[in-house]
Amino acid sequence: MSAPLAAIVPSFMQDDNFIAVLYIIAFALFIYGLMGLTGPKTAVRGNRIAAVGMAVAVIATFLIPGIGNWGLIALGIVIGTIVGVPAARQVQMTAMPQMVALFNGVGGGAIALIAWAEFRDSSGYDGLPTYVAIFSLFSAIVGSVSFWGSNIAFAKLQEILPGRPISIGRAQQFVNLALLAIAVACAVAIASGSDNELLMILLLVCAALLGNLIVLPIGGADMPVVISLLNAFTGLSAAAAGIALNNTALIVAGMIVGASGSILTNLMAQAMNRSIPSIVAGGFGGVVTTGGGDDDGDKTVRSTSASDAAVQMAYASQVVIVPGYGMAVAQAQHAVREMTKLLEDKGVEVKFAIHPVAGRMPGHMNVLLAEADVPYDQLKEMDDINGEFSRTDVSLVIGANDVTNPDARNKSDSPIYGMPILNVDESRSVIVLKRSMSSGFAGIDNPLFYGENTAMLFGDAKSSVSEITEELKAL
Amino acid sequence: MTPIAVSVLVQNLSVLVLAAFAGFLVISKVPNTLHTPLMSGTNAVHGIVVLGGILVLGLGAEGVLSKILLVIAIVFGTINVVGGFLVTDRMLEMFKAKPKEAVETSEELK
Repeated sequence: MSAPLAAIVPSFMQDDNFIAVLYIIAFALFIYGLMGLTGPKTAVRGNRIAAVGMAVAVIATFLIPGIGNWGLIALGIVIGTIVGVPAARQVQMTAMPQMVALFNGVGGGAIALIAWAEFRDSSGYDGLPTYVAIFSLFSAIVGSVSFWGSNIAFAKLQEILPGRPISIGRAQQFVNLALLAIAVACAVAIASGSDNELLMILLLVCAALLGNLIVLPIGGADMPVVISLLNAFTGLSAAAAGIALNNTALIVAGMIVGASGSILTNLMAQAMNRSIPSIVAGGFGGVVTTGGGDDDGDKTVRSTSASDAAVQMAYASQVVIVPGYGMAVAQAQHAVREMTKLLEDKGVEVKFAIHPVAGRMPGHMNVLLAEADVPYDQLKEMDDINGEFSRTDVSLVIGANDVTNPDARNKSDSPIYGMPILNVDESRSVIVLKRSMSSGFAGIDNPLFYGENTAMLFGDAKSSVSEITEELKAL
Repeated sequence: MTPIAVSVLVQNLSVLVLAAFAGFLVISKVPNTLHTPLMSGTNAVHGIVVLGGILVLGLGAEGVLSKILLVIAIVFGTINVVGGFLVTDRMLEMFKAKPKEAVETSEELK
């Protein structure tokens, strides 16, 4: 089994320092590669550079003297490739959030399994420094939380589970804390010398339950935060595993991912004006019953037709399109692109206003529109576009809801009060494409829909956009 | 008590801290537009845990269960790495889409 590499590679290649240098090259390539992601033009190259770094790191690991079990290692890599490649090739861009959740989850799962095997292998970290045990156990807990949490996120995004919050009610916080406490207690017992494998299994089970319970109560619209947070978790547990295994490439890679996930989590939470703890504690959905009986009566909704919408936009000087999750669900991005082209041919200035939490993960809308070949300089971030709505003739809202809700600005008792929104209501007229009058994820009524300058075009986003496109062609 | 002889743990911790800052600096420059590819790209990077699986298995894990756990770990890690980089590549290719003018001229040429 353990065919020694010594026969085929020069001996210096199996020197500890040589291998360490390869690891340094690997993590330098990771960082350099990610620097490429700062611009769309250099990003493809950056990603490939990082992939080369990964290859270097794997080769370095193969060179470590005494590595055996080649057959099993090869088996794992082959199966992983067979599963991973087609998944990556075939996934629809609209399904990207769940794909990312899934890939994130398997990473976390790998970490937890490695920690478990390490525990078994060393009979409970026997003869290893205590810190190795501590970091390994940390990686086991966080990795397991991340694995199960990501799987739940995947199931919600894939609509295997309902997207609305599923909560066990008031006991939730207490149960979560208890599970965490048990997991930590097991870790302490193991680190201080116990080699009872049941403790390790209990630790993993508690962490697994915790992962489930953390993500189940989180609703669809909070997914961008959750996915980012789970990404950060997996990164941190990888870094911890790196310390336990004394592997610098793992440490650096893990920390970079941890940093990236933390930054994104923060950005997303800010864009929703919510704190991370309050999101993790489960939110919205169940809580919101306010605003039921306000001064309705004048709540009339004006609906419009595709041909009216087409005429209105064709004679506008500026149209701003506000895409949301509804566009992704309806796979409407290509239709939107076609409509955009026709409008531009008629001399209309078309821009896209992208709210940071539109969709189900950071940058979700940007990917979809990029897929449809919308040039990225046409996509405007919230702060850049908000000043422009007052100069906009028509705002076309496609499947977005809460991110356009003026209550976030005006109504201090609204659950989303304070959340930065796209000021769509400032534009001369608003056309909202929506399947029905049902409220958004947050379960909050959106006064935008009742506005004097608002018209609703009911129906599936894709067919509505296609109808508008047909009308535009006829004009 | 020689001041120079720092333990492996401390060396690794210094790498950890520096990496955190480097990561923070690099990632905070990534524009919103690229946040999805950023996430799937960093996702691929943490697939590096596959190394951990290779290390523990390669250096002689005993017992059938340990071996099974590690093979699964390697499968997971490989899915993470290979799938992550490929899917990121696919996405980024779409972003390559040149600024507006270029698109329009290329279409006129067709």
